[in-house]
Amino acid sequence: MFFRMVKGALFRQRGKMLMIAFTIALGASLATAMLNVMLDVGDKVNQELKAYGANIRVVPQGRAVISQMYDVEGEENAQSQYLAENELGNIKTIFWAFNIVDFAPFLDTQCTLNSEKENIKVTGTWFTHHLSLPTGEELDAGMVSLRSWWEIDGTWIDDNKDPNVKEAMVGADIARKYGLKPGDTLKLSCGKKAENVNIKAVFSSDGEEDSVIYVPLALAQMLSDKKGLVSSIDVSALTTPDNELAKKAAQKGPSSLSKSDYETWYCTAYSSSICYQIQEVITNSVASQVRQVTESEGSILEKTQLLMLLITILSLIGSALGISNLVTASVMERSKEIGLLKAIGANDGPISGLILTEIIITSIFGGIIGYFVGLGFAQIIGHTVFNSAIDIKPMVIPIVAVLVVTVTLVGSLPAVKMLLGLRPTEVLHGR
Amino acid sequence: MSLLEVKNISKIYGSLKALDNVSLKVEKGDWLAIMGPSGSGKSTMMNIIGAMDKPTLGQVILDGKDISKESSKSLTQIRRDKIGLIFQQFHLVNYLTALENVMVAQYYHSIPDEKEAMEALERVGLADRAKHLPAQLSGGEQQRVCIARALINYPEIILADEPTGNLDEANENMVIDIFRQLHKDGSTLIVVTHDPEVAEVAQKTIVLEHGKVAREVINNEK
Repeated sequence: MFFRMVKGALFRQRGKMLMIAFTIALGASLATAMLNVMLDVGDKVNQELKAYGANIRVVPQGRAVISQMYDVEGEENAQSQYLAENELGNIKTIFWAFNIVDFAPFLDTQCTLNSEKENIKVTGTWFTHHLSLPTGEELDAGMVSLRSWWEIDGTWIDDNKDPNVKEAMVGADIARKYGLKPGDTLKLSCGKKAENVNIKAVFSSDGEEDSVIYVPLALAQMLSDKKGLVSSIDVSALTTPDNELAKKAAQKGPSSLSKSDYETWYCTAYSSSICYQIQEVITNSVASQVRQVTESEGSILEKTQLLMLLITILSLIGSALGISNLVTASVMERSKEIGLLKAIGANDGPISGLILTEIIITSIFGGIIGYFVGLGFAQIIGHTVFNSAIDIKPMVIPIVAVLVVTVTLVGSLPAVKMLLGLRPTEVLHGR
Repeated sequence: MSLLEVKNISKIYGSLKALDNVSLKVEKGDWLAIMGPSGSGKSTMMNIIGAMDKPTLGQVILDGKDISKESSKSLTQIRRDKIGLIFQQFHLVNYLTALENVMVAQYYHSIPDEKEAMEALERVGLADRAKHLPAQLSGGEQQRVCIARALINYPEIILADEPTGNLDEANENMVIDIFRQLHKDGSTLIVVTHDPEVAEVAQKTIVLEHGKVAREVINNEK
């Protein structure tokens, strides 16, 4: 009989129940959308920020020591050590491999242009280098996405098909100084080696790089006679803002951490733990944060997440109040029915059970619809704000479920409590 | 021992005495009518006899037990086990069929029995309307469902509050005929009414005025 009553209430009062379900669906959709966006906003903002460059630099140990001792960049004669190009793919095998967005190696050398006497910095790098990792993963790494903000006159070098392509991208300052433009041929003389290259593009970075000529890594290795070697690597990684644990690990070293702290630190995407893991896979390397970028990223990310959290909480409170009001009003409307049930001998327990069962079934129905509508809202927000889809987070399902049931129950309880306090005579005879 | 004995009860709301030192006795199988104009205290009387309210003063002894000081939980059990209520406004659950409305009383009393509920509807001539919702029934039919619901658990007392107040003459006669049959079958009936025609078919009528028993009329002697 209990289920007959529940079924009767749900199906024969469809309009009323659908109105409650609709309100719950609205609240649930808002909660689903905001929670999904909030949980994904970190990655989204991080990816947006990654467009502004690498946040980790990897250099050979020897060069790092010179740099730390004298606070200067190591010069050619200080570069007693290099990193091995064939180890670069290892970066994508670390614990936080999925957080490595992009990376590019660099090999610096000094050359003269055409018949000029002045030495110019020529840097070999990857532009769109295709890698097939031992893990089976395929990826394209290089400057195209790592320096996406460069203004290019011409086109990017495509070193994907032919790594030995004889092309160059010339910084705007050099191009201006020597009257170079895309399509020109340039003779690069580096010590005993020389090579004619086509200028593929002139780029402007509004920085020191405007005085550099970039060529494919293989060409730079040939010109400097350093086959298979690179002098540094820029890595763009999605990182978690530093907390006390991360700062302690960065300042005192991971060995200063307790075992459990070490595990927490190692398994969190702090810049320092990612650097540590990169050092583990690149021989004789020192990976360090490009501090300004990392810190401002963390700060922006923290503020964005805080803002989203506040908006989400406010949205949830708004939804909760809406649901609660409608449920309260709906339960109050049933005072005569409850009075009657009490008059014919129903106790408080079965009456509460009946009403709460109906409401919970309605809220589950509304919650499921709201969840899927909310996923749609989240995608609209994602495409409108970030021009990309929002990742669906499975953890939102239990959160929304608990939220909907809790809000519905909490919204119903005061009304149910009041109704249970009513005497049958009050509602049946108005006294 | 009387089935119901009301001893000097008063019901006081602030400065208003809705009932003032009222006493009466109802024996098993009696058919009592309580009459009176509006504000005479008859509905208050019904609420107290029906274990839906408690008197401010006095005792209500039902089946040998004083129920005037019982808790609301205990009164709920007394209503469930001993009293069948019939209301002027019918008070059916609008999303349940006629049959289910009868079964609701069974459900809260013991175990729902669809066959028995259908027999109760047959007794009031509504077997063919069993699957209809209250909104699909006439006022007279709704009242008969209400009567079937009151009968279903074989209560000690059937208590009707203005059972014909919302009915036309044909339906009123139909309800009175059902009461006659119930009385003939040995049921104890207490009918609160302002309609003399309904009151005079009872064995005895108590007339309330200003919360007091103004007179008692034994209808058989009339």
